[in-house]
Amino acid sequence: MNEPLLNPGQIRLLVILIYMLILLAMGVLASRLFRGTKQDFLLASHSIGPVLLLLSLFGTTMTAFALVGSTGEAYRKGIGIYGLMASASGIVHSLCFFLIGIKLWKFGRRHGHLTQIQYFRDRLDSPLIGFLLFPFLVGLTIPYLLVGVIGGGAVIQGMTSGAFPAWFPVLDGNGQATPAHGALPEWLGSGLICLVVVSYVFIGGMRGTAWANGFQTLVFVILGVVTFVLLAFKLGGEADLLASMRAVTERVDVKYLTREGIPPTYFLSYLLIPLSAAMFPHLFQHWLTARSAETFKLAVVCHPLFILVVWLPCVMLGIWATTLELPPSVAANQNQILPYLVASQLSPLLAGLLTAGILAAIMSSLDSQFLCLGSIFTNDVVDRFLGRNRLSDRSIVWITRGFVVLIVGVTYWISLSKHPSIFSLGVWSFSGFAGLFPVVFAALYWQRLTEAGAISSIMATAGSWLILFRASNWGANKEFVVTLPGSEWPFHPVVPIFACSVFALLVTTWLTKPPGQSVLNRYFD
Amino acid sequence: MKYVIILAVSILLIAHQDYWNWNNPSMVWGFLPFGLFYHVIISLLAALLWLLTVTLAWPVSFSEGSSKRYAEPQAAVGTAGERDE
Repeated sequence: MNEPLLNPGQIRLLVILIYMLILLAMGVLASRLFRGTKQDFLLASHSIGPVLLLLSLFGTTMTAFALVGSTGEAYRKGIGIYGLMASASGIVHSLCFFLIGIKLWKFGRRHGHLTQIQYFRDRLDSPLIGFLLFPFLVGLTIPYLLVGVIGGGAVIQGMTSGAFPAWFPVLDGNGQATPAHGALPEWLGSGLICLVVVSYVFIGGMRGTAWANGFQTLVFVILGVVTFVLLAFKLGGEADLLASMRAVTERVDVKYLTREGIPPTYFLSYLLIPLSAAMFPHLFQHWLTARSAETFKLAVVCHPLFILVVWLPCVMLGIWATTLELPPSVAANQNQILPYLVASQLSPLLAGLLTAGILAAIMSSLDSQFLCLGSIFTNDVVDRFLGRNRLSDRSIVWITRGFVVLIVGVTYWISLSKHPSIFSLGVWSFSGFAGLFPVVFAALYWQRLTEAGAISSIMATAGSWLILFRASNWGANKEFVVTLPGSEWPFHPVVPIFACSVFALLVTTWLTKPPGQSVLNRYFD
Repeated sequence: MKYVIILAVSILLIAHQDYWNWNNPSMVWGFLPFGLFYHVIISLLAALLWLLTVTLAWPVSFSEGSSKRYAEPQAAVGTAGERDE
């Protein structure tokens, strides 16, 4: 009998590589429309319409956290994860788009801002605020980037199991092959993801990023639904879909079907987490790409539905995975649950395609985040130190590209160390951004806000976030909570971070002189 | 209308804290846990709420902003991978 040309792991890898080539081609195509200006490289010359804005905003906010992280966390804690993140985000993210995004777009368009730091510097008439915000925004974005880089590595490892047993042997103590036997190691998968994303961002800038995001969002939404249906059939083993879903759900332990393991106060405190969307630097940059304010309407309305389409199947798959006898190495690493389900239950070709969908979600966030950090660096640090307009647009574009490569390198290097769960890391990043929400909200809606008030709020957020993140062993302690003195009610650490931010903002603003009328005239009618 | 929307968002956020469903193990259509089904409805209501908001309460000032634009500086430079044609 003839031996097949490629083993199942190699077939899955081949499909993944073809998908990555398509993304690179898209970057090259976008570069052909490049106008040579920094506005075009960073904001696609404000040319993005409603459908592409919806797809790119959604693709940017849905990360490895939403697919790999949610499935793994549902496997650990049950259905409550949907309420914690998905339904809350459906309400709060759109609220942020509506209350914050459109106003920031309007001011950005009017005053020519390229980054959110430029907005704050101008609105508060404060050069200092930019230098304070820059390191903190980069520091908060790196854990978020790590979610994608680590998630990508985990997915590629899970999917290429058995591809190259001679090159990457991973055996257990008894000499038996583990699921990671022959698979591309996580460091290699993460490296591949970084390389592809940085390449098309480097070549295509924001237009390439928006196109790739739009395309990838369609890919992961469609393939996500297909994955769910196929896995439901496979796990349920019945002839029709409904019967299969009933059959597999009947086998799930009741504790995963309720919110038994999630205290109500902890659940309540999670409502603050999605406020982070108001301060994501990469989201700000996507908002600025919009052609007009009306462009936002579709994104505001459809965002909750898109979240539903992605999170519901992932949470169901997570609780269904509890009915399987998983290899100990997979059960111990919740980031591996989704890749293992897909690789073990479906044919290699199909699994390769579905992996492309998962990687699409991961890469569609990484690209925006990388580009945005490059943009902040050139506009808010280099431009400020060297003096505005001393550099040509060409130089700025190249400095942006250089900084993107540097950030990718640093993120990749950090990802090589031992890391916590994607879900935990993501939520810590979101908590820091949520702590900055009072600053952006007050800047837009409260004329009395002063430079000192905003600065003290940023410092209070940075300080409390760092103290608590360190106390959780940099996210490794997944059960880390805070309790009110004298009570046993657990809250997520975002609560004290947010409280410190609000307190510092209000007290310092009231103690300092109100801002000048000339600045206010630019931002308040 | 602004206050109706604020009220509707507040109600939705309160409804999101469904302590009464916490330990409810019942199923909808035999496969969807009730606690999950409830939050799917919350997601659908959120989309409906935002549809009503952008249809009925879209601030005029949002659209006015489109007319005042920052003038993009004219610059055309050719770099590797950048085409002028």
